[in-house]
Amino acid sequence: MTDIFGVPIAVLLGQLLLGLINGSFYALLSLGLAIIFGMLNVINFAHGAFYMLGGFAAWLLLTALGLGYWETLFAAPLMVGALGAVVERLFLKRLYRVDHLYSLLLTFGIALMLEGLFRHVFGAAGKPYPIPSSLTGGINLGFMFLPMYRAWVIVASLTVCVITWLVIERTKLGAYLRASTENPGLVQAFGINVPLMLTMTYAFCVGLAGFAGALAAPLYQVSPGMGSSVIIVVFAVVVIGGMGSIGGAIVTALALGIIEGLTKTFYPAASSIAVFVVMVLVILIRPSGLFSREA
Amino acid sequence: MAETPLLDVKGLEAWYGESHVLHGIDFDVRKGEVVTLIGRNGAGKTTTLRSLIGVVGKRRGACSYKGADLLKVAPHKVARLGIGYVPEERGIFSSLTVLENLLFPPAWQAGGMAVDEIYGLFPNLKGRDSTSGTRLSGGEQQMLAIGRILRTGADFILLDEPTEGIAPVIIEEIGAALRILKDRGMTIILVEQNLRFAASIADRHYVLDQGTVVDEISNNALDANMDRLNRYLGV
Amino acid sequence: MNSTTMVSSLQAPRRLRTTRGLLLALVVLLMICAPLAIYPLFLIKILCFALFAAAFNLVLGYAGLLSFGHAAFFGGAAYVTAHAAKIWQLPFELAVLAGTAFAALLGLAFGTLAIRRHGIYFAMITLALAQMIYFMAVQMPFTGGEDGIQAVPRGYLLGIIDLRDITAMYYTVLGGTILGLVIIWRTVNSPFGHILSAIRENETRVTSLGLKPERYKLIAFTLSAALSGFAGALKAIAFQLASLVDVTWHMSGEVILMTLLGGMGTLIGPIVGASVVVGLEHFLSTSGLPITFIIGLFFVVCVMMFRRGVFGELKALLERSKP
Ligand SMILES: Nc1ncnc2c1ncn2[C@@H]1O[C@H](COP(=O)(O)OP(=O)(O)OP(=O)(O)O)[C@@H](O)[C@H]1O
Ligand SMILES: [Mg+2]
Repeated sequence: MTDIFGVPIAVLLGQLLLGLINGSFYALLSLGLAIIFGMLNVINFAHGAFYMLGGFAAWLLLTALGLGYWETLFAAPLMVGALGAVVERLFLKRLYRVDHLYSLLLTFGIALMLEGLFRHVFGAAGKPYPIPSSLTGGINLGFMFLPMYRAWVIVASLTVCVITWLVIERTKLGAYLRASTENPGLVQAFGINVPLMLTMTYAFCVGLAGFAGALAAPLYQVSPGMGSSVIIVVFAVVVIGGMGSIGGAIVTALALGIIEGLTKTFYPAASSIAVFVVMVLVILIRPSGLFSREA
Repeated sequence: MAETPLLDVKGLEAWYGESHVLHGIDFDVRKGEVVTLIGRNGAGKTTTLRSLIGVVGKRRGACSYKGADLLKVAPHKVARLGIGYVPEERGIFSSLTVLENLLFPPAWQAGGMAVDEIYGLFPNLKGRDSTSGTRLSGGEQQMLAIGRILRTGADFILLDEPTEGIAPVIIEEIGAALRILKDRGMTIILVEQNLRFAASIADRHYVLDQGTVVDEISNNALDANMDRLNRYLGV
Repeated sequence: MNSTTMVSSLQAPRRLRTTRGLLLALVVLLMICAPLAIYPLFLIKILCFALFAAAFNLVLGYAGLLSFGHAAFFGGAAYVTAHAAKIWQLPFELAVLAGTAFAALLGLAFGTLAIRRHGIYFAMITLALAQMIYFMAVQMPFTGGEDGIQAVPRGYLLGIIDLRDITAMYYTVLGGTILGLVIIWRTVNSPFGHILSAIRENETRVTSLGLKPERYKLIAFTLSAALSGFAGALKAIAFQLASLVDVTWHMSGEVILMTLLGGMGTLIGPIVGASVVVGLEHFLSTSGLPITFIIGLFFVVCVMMFRRGVFGELKALLERSKP
């Protein structure tokens, strides 16, 4: 019983772990996308670019300023979030009243600008980022070896996701957010500064993407293209889950990460398209998405 | 009668995008008064209320309230002046429970009602705390919409057609509640098509037509002017 | 309104139509003479992208659907055409037809899936589907991976005219482009095109008239995909190359920019936009400036400052200056 369909169990579990890690990143990103869409009615194409920016911020803080991992993990999302706030104030804000096709195109343009700029300045090659010494090594679970950093990535991103979900579903602030997705004018009439809340929401969600990027830096190398390749998969995740439910977005993201990992074990050639195939199936069977409220 | 009005609206104009909807509205409301805005459908009653709290497109004119010009106050700061808004469509949030809806608007002034007091005023809401807000009946939603702004300490309430599409029994209850609020010294602008209901609580009535105020009638003179009024309303 | 103004307002459209006809004739004449002054391969590139953008505009500008996956049709057809010409050794016409047919089928499949979801999901689904095609192009053996399919034979037009002659190739592409543009022009001005515009304006009303908007959208989408594929097929033959560049999401983005920049929902706009973008890239490629960054900047400027595009703004200006 060390093989399943000719694949050693240790290899299978290793791939599942990788899948789960990818799934955690998808979760952080699709959660942010779903909240931004719910509140601002914007499909944030730049989400991947902000993820990339988080990775680069971490790398730059390390190499240029010599900051440690933990400081970086804290500072990078803040920097990305601040940039997000500027983008919302300067650009997105002016587009709420026009067709939301335009905000998609705007964020697409911003994604191209960021990716182009970083490629121009830093080149296309990946930049290595060392695993912090406190998280090197691993635990032998008997049936497999669990590298510490990978365990940490899963725990950290899932914790952040769950906290975000709790804030939205269980707190007063969350109630303001939920109500604003329904009727922002009325929420404003009750004395709540909705425009500020929109800016902060965008900054926070984009900051989540930056956090994911910083978290990913030691696992994958930091490169200008890391954002655009992940954002398209995350879009597929969002199509599969539907954007009506935050919890749904998290669960879908994890599940798809795992499916991707399994495909990599059993049929590696198809692993890059596995998520898209699932998307096609879901559109055929349940067009409005797995967790949407409308259907 | 030298007392300055609580709200004094002069030459209020408003636009939705390109379309000019209010063409110079003039009226005033004194402290503790209940004033109605009446007029046929599309006359601009709702727009007048929305202009006061800043949720239309462009506005022009003057709306002085407690010494401030409402047109210059940022939309999210109007509530902080003690103005409570009950929209025509009631605006109960479906993603929030009844209790969450009730507790939703922040209390900006002291003197707001406690939740139990509100349940005393609208007993139908009691025991429905964890129901989704929009599962309530139309009348109950109306009560919830009024109830939730009573918590905020608002002493000036904008009520848009609270009786629209509501059963007579519930209308009675809402009327009784409004009279209690009036006795407590609240000032109310009531948009109403139901003249009998309006007459039962209001002090004065303003008639709107095509975005202007065309007449003002005191409640005592209402019966004497019924013909004129019916002509305005087109009935 | 007195009688003279009425007469002139009646005559205006006719005068406008003659001016427009003259202008069109002039443009065609210019295009015929252009190879004398400008490097033909560069002109061919402009023509291919003009057709691509005009085909894309059929769904964005007229049906109101934002597709983020048109590179799959353009690039996919390029691969099929290149393969057909090089490996199957099909004659020029059949190779182009194979690519176009492939794009049409792919468009039908994408459209059937994406139209099931409304609004903003449409963009995400088309993007994801196109990415799937991209990954397939990376992995499948026949596409030649990073190198693409090179040295594709141009063949002979109608079996006689040798397309290795660049001028002959140019006129062939010019003819193909004009054919494609005429098809688009006829479609837009047909009852079908009017229903399409009506769907974009108010879908519920069209549904209430007993029509099925989905069917119209699907036909428009498929036609657009086929014509995009036609453009890609011509490009593959003229440049003797099919490569990954043409199936990336950047390419889908670029065709959006061409349409947006020129003015969506206008017939000329995408052509203007394509010329500007191709010209810009040509200029930038030797300047050492980051192309992707500047393309992104153009997007931001377009969306923020002139959403109607160059041609759309021009038209609005003309209409405003009219009495
Ligand atoms: N959001 C909007 N955009 C454009 N025009 C509007 C909008 N809301 C209302 N209008 C127009 O403004 C005018 C005044 O509308 P308003 O809602 O103020 O009327 P009302 O007096 O409240 O009518 P009712 O008794 O039907 O509620 C109407 O002609 C209406 O068509
Ligand atoms: Mg009204």
